[in-house]
Amino acid sequence: MVARLGRRGFVGGAALSAAMWVSRPSRAASAMGFDDARHLLSRTAFGATPAEIAAIASTDFTAAVERLLTKVHTRAATAAPGWTSEPLSALRERRQEAQSSAGKTVDGKPVNEVAKLVREEGSQLSNWWVEEMLATDQPLVEKMTLFWHNHFTSSIQKVRYVPALYRQNALFRRAALGNFATLLKEVAHDPAMLIYLDGVHNVAKQPNENFARELLELFTLGEGHYSESDIKNAARAFTGWSLDRDSGQFVDRMQLHDGGEKTFLGQSGHFTGDDILAILLRHPRTAETIVEKLWREFISFTPDANEVKRLAGLFRGNNYEMKPLLRALFLSPAFRDPVNRGALIKSPIELIVGTVHVFGLPVPDQTPLVRMMAGLGQTPFAPPNVKGWPGGESWISTSTLLLRRQFLRRLIEATTVSLDGNMTMGRPDRRTDRVQQMSGQTMEAYPVEGRSLRNVGEARLGPTLSGTDNATLIRTLLPRAPIEAGTTAAESPGAVVAAAMLDSAYQLK
Amino acid sequence: MERRHFLLGASTLSLVLASRLALADQGRRVLVLVELKGGNDGLNTVIPYADPIYHQLRPGIGVSRDKTLQLDERIGLNHKLDALMEGWKARDIAIVQGVGYPSPNRSHFRSIEIWDTASASSQTLSEGWVSRTFEGVELPRGAGVDGIVIDTNALPMTGTALRTIVMQDAENFLHQAAVMKDAKNPHDDGNPALRHLLAVRQEVNGAAIGLHDKLRDGAAPAYAYSPDGGFGHQLDLATRLLIARVPVVAIKVALGGFDTHAGQVPTQDRLLGIFASGLATFRKNLIAAHRWDDVVVATYSEFGRRARQNASAGTDHGTAAAHFVMGGKVKGGLHGAYPSLADLQDGDLKHTVDFRNLYSTLAQGCWGLRRDFGQRSGRPLDLFA
Repeated sequence: MVARLGRRGFVGGAALSAAMWVSRPSRAASAMGFDDARHLLSRTAFGATPAEIAAIASTDFTAAVERLLTKVHTRAATAAPGWTSEPLSALRERRQEAQSSAGKTVDGKPVNEVAKLVREEGSQLSNWWVEEMLATDQPLVEKMTLFWHNHFTSSIQKVRYVPALYRQNALFRRAALGNFATLLKEVAHDPAMLIYLDGVHNVAKQPNENFARELLELFTLGEGHYSESDIKNAARAFTGWSLDRDSGQFVDRMQLHDGGEKTFLGQSGHFTGDDILAILLRHPRTAETIVEKLWREFISFTPDANEVKRLAGLFRGNNYEMKPLLRALFLSPAFRDPVNRGALIKSPIELIVGTVHVFGLPVPDQTPLVRMMAGLGQTPFAPPNVKGWPGGESWISTSTLLLRRQFLRRLIEATTVSLDGNMTMGRPDRRTDRVQQMSGQTMEAYPVEGRSLRNVGEARLGPTLSGTDNATLIRTLLPRAPIEAGTTAAESPGAVVAAAMLDSAYQLK
Repeated sequence: MERRHFLLGASTLSLVLASRLALADQGRRVLVLVELKGGNDGLNTVIPYADPIYHQLRPGIGVSRDKTLQLDERIGLNHKLDALMEGWKARDIAIVQGVGYPSPNRSHFRSIEIWDTASASSQTLSEGWVSRTFEGVELPRGAGVDGIVIDTNALPMTGTALRTIVMQDAENFLHQAAVMKDAKNPHDDGNPALRHLLAVRQEVNGAAIGLHDKLRDGAAPAYAYSPDGGFGHQLDLATRLLIARVPVVAIKVALGGFDTHAGQVPTQDRLLGIFASGLATFRKNLIAAHRWDDVVVATYSEFGRRARQNASAGTDHGTAAAHFVMGGKVKGGLHGAYPSLADLQDGDLKHTVDFRNLYSTLAQGCWGLRRDFGQRSGRPLDLFA
């Protein structure tokens, strides 16, 4: 322990590191302190401001975890686009309309009106979700919504019926901290999932194995715990689960169901889809799969096999209730082990939403943020394939590392300007005001060269960061001592914040 | 009949061979992108001095005739660009007039992104146009780096097809490398996330170290740059990279401060002076090093500015503008058509050359690669000798 801290001190180089990162031992039922508080929030929220960290630092860790899990919202705080309530029939009509106005060209190319509509709806839906992530006072709910989206994946590229993706998102939010067994059943009946994994094409005469395969491989057991024959039999059991052509809701078409006997994981019977799910929920691997994935989300890259078994047992013992599991996970020794601080890489969504949150940037339009997420490899509602975003190390490549730094540099160098021309940081600086008054023509903010965060000091830090001392700024922004030395405590807060954002440690959570 | 057919075949073959050789020859030029940040006022840079409407639109900030370097009977350069006249007379400076795109966006960030990615106004692309140009092209791996950005905006060269480094980072890393005593231990503290991050950084910066060695051993430029505004420093580094023959496909530099909403003239005068003196020195240095034929300099900016001056003796965000293309193998002179001041759209110039056509021309002229950037009907410009 002492040796490790000593090394960290060396890495940090300057005055800021060694003394600051000595972890203070916390006693039971006592104040957890700044670093534990920061860690808890970095894993359960999208970034944390100094005030948010301070608010729980003086409380007991167990009590803080308890607070995260009580009075949980199950619905979004912001209003979704109006079309999300449209039935499938309305969508069909709109598409026919769009198709009839086809033949137009833009930039010399024919426009695919349907594709344009899907793109536009997808963009609105992503914007809305990012708005919700920024607006929510329960970021853990959004993190778990995103977790389920990445577990029970569906992509707009295939689903195309965008209101179904919205409803699936609402389902994930309702179930975020609810019950996994219930969620699994609802997902199997979910219209977006039925489209995404071809459940709608799965009929007695021609079984489609897509959903059955991913159900076993990705959603529950994991590879190596079932046979090809189990997949075939499970697929037969789900035949007939489909969508109503007009409402777009689930419908069980009995006449298309294969009522014959199936053998699944060593059991035989005239199984339906519900029977298959019940068998899977009795299998110990199902709980382990979920616990392993939660471990990689909240603790570290490498789940501890013994702890996974213990937590999976607890999960099943509590009938797949999420709250007892998450409580046990957050209170596990591994979660609080200082070794695991900064041991995960921020996903693009965490990096972007977290940075905007911590800096308190107003976001009149989420489009540039979503665009940056796409550039960094994580477009909401469009995971790369059914396995979801692989995450972990794969978030960082030579190209995405440069892009991440580019995004951060943009915030540092041009904080009077939005990513898209109108997102000002904090209050606009006086010179901008003056120039605008003088010109009296443009309401747009624009960059003032040489006025970057680096050299204006505290004046331009927004309300979330201003007034915070340099040492606390660094401890807020970084999960560990800075990797790259080069900032000294004597510099302006703006320069300290800029250096921390560009430090490699900023990519970690 | 048979024989004629055969002969036709043979001559076609020799034509193909000749053109392939030509492509290989062209493949060696390095594109030097110069971003003019903030939106340079094209109307006061390349001036339609003979047009009375120009002087009506700009009673306070218009460049007077005696401060205009006449290029022909209609068009002249701002006198602050005097240093470029030597290249103009040697006919290796081309001016492309009226460069822009349909449905122009007047947001700094969105518009520069459109230029950086060569997208349509309504389209969003995440990779830069230079990188996209090299998709599917095998580049020699030896150098460890394909593009160098001596600026903060790396977007034109960012993407999966190119290994691009941002030079400020490289310098920073070299400094840190010197500070760190234990080079074998990257100080990941046994943290696998950090270990991966540092490994990727090492990959990016490994290229930087190779560069450092090349630069250290390379010759210094023959003519010194003036240190004004950092632009000279950037061009100095670019010159050293080119003299050292670092095999990159593109280098990017930038000059900022062109967002002249108020009191435009002194600001733009100063910047144009820095721009011209820097590039004139760059030209002289590369001629002295016998590299000028292998280099193509191209300027770009997010937009030009409104035709009519505003109430603060400045100009607001506009649309099309003239841009410069220079190099030993560039066909000097005026290219494209100057947008008509009598035919404005919402007070802005209508572009006459789509910037994607300019990019297509550059991709062909620098690297022998045919790319249309979605402009299927676009005709290439006649920029290369």
